[in-house]
Amino acid sequence: MSVSKEDVKHIANLSKLNLTDEELDKYTTDLSNIVDFANELSNINVDGVKPTAHILDIKNVFRKDEVDASYDREEILKNAPSKDAGCISVPKVVE
Amino acid sequence: MKDYEVIIGLEVHAELSTNTKIYCNCSTSFGADPNTHCCPICTGMPGTLPVLNEKVVEYAVKAGLATNCEISRFSKQDRKNYFYPDLPKAYQISQYDLPLCLGGHLDINVNGNKKTIGITRIHIEEDAGKLIHDAYTGDTLVDMNRCAVPLIEIVSEPDIRNADEAVAYMQTLKSILEYLEVCDCKMQEGSLRCDVNLSVRPVGQKEFGTRTETKNLNSFRAIHNLIEFETKRQIEVLENGGVIHQETIRWDDAKGIGYAMRSKEDAQDYRYFPEPDLAPIVLSDEYINDMKNSLPEMPHLKKERYIKEFGLPEYDAEILTASKYTANFFEKTNAICNNPKAVSNWIMGDFAKMLNEKELEINESKVTEENLACLISLIDKGTISSKIAKQIFEEMFETGENAKDIVEKKGLVQISDEGAIKEIVQRVVEANPQSVADYKAGKDRAIGFMVGQIMKETKGKANPQIVNKLLLEIINK
Repeated sequence: MSVSKEDVKHIANLSKLNLTDEELDKYTTDLSNIVDFANELSNINVDGVKPTAHILDIKNVFRKDEVDASYDREEILKNAPSKDAGCISVPKVVE
Repeated sequence: MKDYEVIIGLEVHAELSTNTKIYCNCSTSFGADPNTHCCPICTGMPGTLPVLNEKVVEYAVKAGLATNCEISRFSKQDRKNYFYPDLPKAYQISQYDLPLCLGGHLDINVNGNKKTIGITRIHIEEDAGKLIHDAYTGDTLVDMNRCAVPLIEIVSEPDIRNADEAVAYMQTLKSILEYLEVCDCKMQEGSLRCDVNLSVRPVGQKEFGTRTETKNLNSFRAIHNLIEFETKRQIEVLENGGVIHQETIRWDDAKGIGYAMRSKEDAQDYRYFPEPDLAPIVLSDEYINDMKNSLPEMPHLKKERYIKEFGLPEYDAEILTASKYTANFFEKTNAICNNPKAVSNWIMGDFAKMLNEKELEINESKVTEENLACLISLIDKGTISSKIAKQIFEEMFETGENAKDIVEKKGLVQISDEGAIKEIVQRVVEANPQSVADYKAGKDRAIGFMVGQIMKETKGKANPQIVNKLLLEIINK
């Protein structure tokens, strides 16, 4: 397997996800399959091909520095499960 | 105890003074009500498309040119992934392997000694939101106004060796960014802040020691104190046979103590990858040359001009040009009263002292250029004595009143009328026969005493040259 259980635990930890043992097994297999599939790209000969920074042949897409109206606060906070004093409220972040 | 060498590198974050955020048209102005400068793009709603603000590129390139960097002809943006409530997208758009500016340097002046500090790179990125701790509920509140405010991150080489050098580097950088007008550099508002990477090693050892990182220091004093603290702490740990862990230190400025926050092993894994929603930035030689030609006069060149054009000593020129605001104040004042050395003396002397006491920048003072020029002209014309001028200046500084008005209101016009002064001199001489005798016996100090008495009688308003002349005339008669 190209992805180990330890790898999956690490990624789950970075993503703040708690996985059960069954999930851990399942994702280890699934992620290994995905990585193996993507690794097939490594077999392609890329001699003489320039590194790709973007898949489209575009560059310098800019906008002018001009202020436009922002959204109403109610609209911005509409999806938040919990809000207080005009802010999204989240569980205490321990520094 | 062994001798240790301290190795410091600084990562400086400067908020760019653009009108709008980096990828949307929301305003960047400071101090608005929470979450009123937000839109679907800067709050990371699915399906939105960021578009880069052209001024961000312009300002970053200017900062690069002014710090002797090579400007990249081809540059791209990347996603830096981390999970924290101040970052609604769960990634920060930054630059990873192809930053806008590479390999520059800055010359700093530390207690009269020149030193060059290397600059590794400057890249553009977006700021995160602000977290407010709600003491009442114990929850954390998220204000996304600062999300996606444009930043440049300026990364120095590990060339800094102590707190004084670090502060000098920050001051020089701040001055340059102010001259360029790309950042307002209000450290108390967080528009200029600094992460300190610090390690120590025994003198002679080749490898660097393990470093710690302290984030978001936003005053020169905090940077200085943290470096002194952390240097001492690391040396003590090593001297006691301990090991330094690679970790983040949180600096409590009020207490003057740093706390280790967490091991960085995990947190370092940012899973950078190219940002697919943003096009590469390709800059032509013509664009870069235009930027080069649009740079304002930089402090070191201005300093040379002050020496040549105004005949100022190097010391004066150095201090006057250290800040854009001071230089502007000097030039504007001198343009009115045309007495460079006097203007310089005021700005570096009493004025600077009072600004320091109140912790103000010169442009935040109530004293205007017109007012200082007016005061200097009043001295030059002999309307007021320089002693009285100091008194007037104090009042100008407190109230912002015009020098001329204060002089008129308080009747502080210098007395240069010989008749009026002569009368007072006569009186003082008659009242102090002992002093006259002392003077005649060769004690020059007796003169000073009598001048003091005359000044006291005239409340300091008598023209001192005339007082001296008349006093000698009368005594020697």
